[in-house]
Amino acid sequence: MSLLEIKNLHASVNGNEILKGIDLTVNPGEVHSIMGPNGSGKSTLAQVLARRESYMVTAGSITFDGKDLLEMKPEDAACEGLFMAFQYPVEIPGISNAYFLRAALNAIRKYRGQDEMDAMDFLPLLKEKMRMLEMDERFLNRPVNEGFSGGEKKRNEIVQMAVLEPRLAVLDETDSGLDIDALKIVAKGVNAMRSKDRAMVLVTHYQRLLDYIVPDFVHVLVNGRIVKSGGPELALELEEKGYSWTEAEPAGARR
Amino acid sequence: MSTTVNQINDLTQQEYKWGFVTSIDEDRLPPGLNEDVVRAIAIKKGEPEFMLEWRLKAYRHWASLEQKHAEPTWANVKYPPIDYQALSYYSAPKKKTELKSLDEVDPEILDTYTKLGIPLHEQKLLAGVAVDAVFDSVSVATTFKAKLAEVGVIFCSFSEAVKNHPELVKKYLGTVVPYSDNFFATLNSAVFSDGSFVYVPKGVRCPMELSTYFRINAQNTGQFERTLIIADEGAYVSYLEGCTAPIRDENQLHAAVVELIAHDNATIKYSTVQNWYPGDKEGKGGIYNFVTKRGKALGKNSKISWTQVETGSAITWKYPSCILQGDNSVGEFYSVALTNNYQQADTGTKMIHIGKNTKSTVVSKGISAGHGQNTYRGMVKILKGATGARNYTQCDSLLIGDKCGAHTFPYIEVKNASARMEHEASTSKIGEDQIFYLQQRGISKEEAVSMIINGFCKAVFKELPMEFAVEAQKLLSISLEGSVG
Repeated sequence: MSLLEIKNLHASVNGNEILKGIDLTVNPGEVHSIMGPNGSGKSTLAQVLARRESYMVTAGSITFDGKDLLEMKPEDAACEGLFMAFQYPVEIPGISNAYFLRAALNAIRKYRGQDEMDAMDFLPLLKEKMRMLEMDERFLNRPVNEGFSGGEKKRNEIVQMAVLEPRLAVLDETDSGLDIDALKIVAKGVNAMRSKDRAMVLVTHYQRLLDYIVPDFVHVLVNGRIVKSGGPELALELEEKGYSWTEAEPAGARR
Repeated sequence: MSTTVNQINDLTQQEYKWGFVTSIDEDRLPPGLNEDVVRAIAIKKGEPEFMLEWRLKAYRHWASLEQKHAEPTWANVKYPPIDYQALSYYSAPKKKTELKSLDEVDPEILDTYTKLGIPLHEQKLLAGVAVDAVFDSVSVATTFKAKLAEVGVIFCSFSEAVKNHPELVKKYLGTVVPYSDNFFATLNSAVFSDGSFVYVPKGVRCPMELSTYFRINAQNTGQFERTLIIADEGAYVSYLEGCTAPIRDENQLHAAVVELIAHDNATIKYSTVQNWYPGDKEGKGGIYNFVTKRGKALGKNSKISWTQVETGSAITWKYPSCILQGDNSVGEFYSVALTNNYQQADTGTKMIHIGKNTKSTVVSKGISAGHGQNTYRGMVKILKGATGARNYTQCDSLLIGDKCGAHTFPYIEVKNASARMEHEASTSKIGEDQIFYLQQRGISKEEAVSMIINGFCKAVFKELPMEFAVEAQKLLSISLEGSVG
């Protein structure tokens, strides 16, 4: 069974239709990349998947692991195993990274009927994931994202993903604002998370990220529709020719 | 965005959980205030002559103030005129005989305290909190008195102090908040019926946290308690105060006075969690909390530290202040004030620097939700002789929704050029993006709001004693529950 099944998805923000009929199927173990020019609807798709309420779904359906995603509250989608790495991670003053992430993990564990994890067990787990993303331990006790550089915020997102171990990770422009060294670290973290049970959707403007995280499928989103789908080679083609050539062609065969 | 508005509209649905009424016989004076009432209070309490004289001076001053309509109007709060003749100025649970032990306290009252979660029974007191409980106007029971007496700490009701330690009361009463201080303090001075008294002798570190629990039960009464805490040279005491009241449609007046005196090298830490009935969702009923609190850091190297979490009351009007008289003395004020529904708060502090190298810190966190109006009003005054004085003020406001208000009135007056002053202020809205971020990690919307607010208040909560900090966090979430749907 597919993990994510998007059918004829239409969505609007403040009354403007942004997504105009998206079809996408993601199976466990697959990494899909959604590429497209600015304003094509990439981030809207990510926000809709994460169940942000201000993004109105006007038609179509999304099934996540056989359940109707559009019926879920954002926290329920998260507890079902959907994770989004934010393009602009938010600062939460006064709440430490470690406290926040343990609260999140325990909320998810509780939802699944598992015992909560105490601080003694949690800390070593978090430290291990932070080492993987080459983040200093002082970030444990710093307030969530407060005063972090752009790169530190993005790495912190991947640390969270590594701790929460989602079944579907949506990475929204995770490469933006990263220098090449930070990009490599983030890619290493993401690649380490690839497994046959987990799927990922990488939303990105540039092909650069895909040099380090090689996707199984690439979809080109233009003006709210997927106009072309293919393998990793499609990304290179886009890099060469830009997005304009795709707009004339009909949607790709693969869904 | 409409979702935010909806979330916010709901943020105020939580009911007041402490709104029960205890039915007990009470001994109360008929409504009205005149010299006879003041005399009657003094007689009921069997007070010595000096107290009656002091009360009468206060009453006469208050009567002249009232004639001149001198009730303060400068605060940023609105309420209909109070009819002071319609209130009863004394209400006490009827007691049969003098109480010898807790067993003799009216079980109904003990039951009330159990509902409030106060550890009044001795076994619970092993937790190490000594409680002086004030029910309406009279102190019901003071626990752990014997253990404190061993180290020489006096912790009793104000009435007992007047009887057993008149020399201390006479020496210190009104030395920090004189009877003529302000309209409400003057009223309190005339009619106060009880409160708490603490004296910590030289060099003694009080072995436990002292705690008072206030509760207004009777209808149409005012509660006028008075607290006096003295820390002698080198002494240390930490004092906690909590308050609740039953749900009543009409407004009730609470006009308390607290005086703190710290001698050389002494420290007094005073923490309040105030949860008086705030009124209903339409703003009907609730307590008028018009309180004067002031501490005098009298001796050198002395320290007065106020921490307050104000979530209740229809109207809060209070400015716990420090007079930094001794050289090198320190004043602190940490405050969280929350206004929801139609609550109004005008609160802050005054730091008066008189001695050399005096230091003060002010951290104020105001949270406004619903139609709540939250005002920070603070004054930092550096007098001529206060060479080397320093002040740091941080004043942050958090808005939830778009119908509430946050206001800030900081006054700074410096008469000595060597002073160093820092002032930081911020106003922010609780962001839909913050809530969504936490939700996307699996945390429910209500918990997300509570977490964000606790983060906002962290600098204040860390000043509270452990159990109080936990209680304060819970109280804050309860007071805001439902306000983000």
